[in-house]
Amino acid sequence: MPSTYTPIATTTLGSAQANYTFSSIPATYTDLVLIVSGRVSTVSQISLQFNSNTATNYSVTSLYGSGSAAGSGRNSNDVEMVGGFGFFDTTAVSTSIIHIMNYSNTTTFKTAIGRGNSTSHYVHAGVGLWRQTSAINTIKVFVNGGYNWSTGTTFTLYGIKAA
Amino acid sequence: MLNQIAAIHGTGVLPVTNSYESIATVTVGAGGQSGVTFSSIPSTYKHLQLRFMARVTGATTLDNLTMRLNNTAGTSYTAHFLQGNGSSTSSAWILINGSELYVGRLPGANSTSGIFGVGVIDILDYQNTNKNKTVRALDGQDQNGSGEVFFHSGLFNSTNAVNEINLLNSYAQYSSFALYGIKG
Repeated sequence: MPSTYTPIATTTLGSAQANYTFSSIPATYTDLVLIVSGRVSTVSQISLQFNSNTATNYSVTSLYGSGSAAGSGRNSNDVEMVGGFGFFDTTAVSTSIIHIMNYSNTTTFKTAIGRGNSTSHYVHAGVGLWRQTSAINTIKVFVNGGYNWSTGTTFTLYGIKAA
Repeated sequence: MLNQIAAIHGTGVLPVTNSYESIATVTVGAGGQSGVTFSSIPSTYKHLQLRFMARVTGATTLDNLTMRLNNTAGTSYTAHFLQGNGSSTSSAWILINGSELYVGRLPGANSTSGIFGVGVIDILDYQNTNKNKTVRALDGQDQNGSGEVFFHSGLFNSTNAVNEINLLNSYAQYSSFALYGIKG
C-alpha cells in the first residue's frame, strides 16, 4: 500500500511576523493537514485565507470549552476563516491541527475541519467553509486582529494522498 | 514534536516513516451510489483512519452518516456525541444497543449545492480480538449561516477483528471516502 502523510513544508519563525503563507502547494494530494504550534503577540485566534482570496467567502461553525462552560459560535460571510481552530496565547504554547479536505478538486466548495488547544483559554473544534471551487494552492496563516506570530512559532503542512 | 502532535490528534501512535498508508478510496460518480463498502481490509495495521467528504442524495437538508462494521447489524452498537450548532451545544446518546453507528452529518439534496460534510474517523486497535472496538470521529458541515461540528464516539460491541466497513447512505456524486492504515 502506498505510504503517505508527507511533509510538504515547514518553518519556525526566527522573528515575529504577522503571517506565514504556504504557496505553490502541489495539487497531487487529496487532503492537507496544517499544524501550527506557537505563541502570539496578543491573545487571538488563528485565521486562514486561501489563494489570496479576501472576499466574504468564508464561514465557520465552532464548538468550544473554556474550563467552566461549553459554547458554540458562528462566523458567516467573513473575509477569513476564523473562529473554530483555536486561540493562541502570549506565554503558553498553543496548537492547531486543521484538515483541509479534498483541497485540489475544482468541483466542490472547500471545507476544513480542525481542533485548537490552548491551555490558557479554550479547547476548540471547528468546521469552516470557503465558497469557492478553485483548487487551493496558497494558504495564508495569520492572527485575527492583525497581531503577530511570535518567534519560535512553527508552521507545518502535510499532504495525504488517497490511493 | 510536530509529529507527536499529529499523532495525538490521529491515534496517539507516534508516526514513523512509512507508517501511514493508503488502503483504498471510493469516489462517487455521476448518478450517485447506494452504500460504500471497504472489504477485505488488511490485518497488517494497528489502527484505521477513514477520511471523508460527502453528501447524500436524499431529499433532506441533513442526514446522519451511518456505519456498520463487518456488515453486522443486530444490537451491536452504542454511540453518543457532543455537538455545536453555531449558537448552542448539545450532547446525547444517539443509540444504545442499536443496529448501526452515526459518525457524521451530511448535507442532502435540499442543502446548497457544492457543500459537503467532512470528517476524520479513527477505528482504534481494529485487529485486536481481546477488545470491543471503539470508533471516534471529528466531523461537521458548514453552510454559511448554518452548520454543525461534532465529536462522535461509538462502540462496536464485538471482539471480532474488523475486516469490513459498511457506509449505509446513498451518496451524491463527488463524495469520497478514503481508508488509511496506521502501523504500530
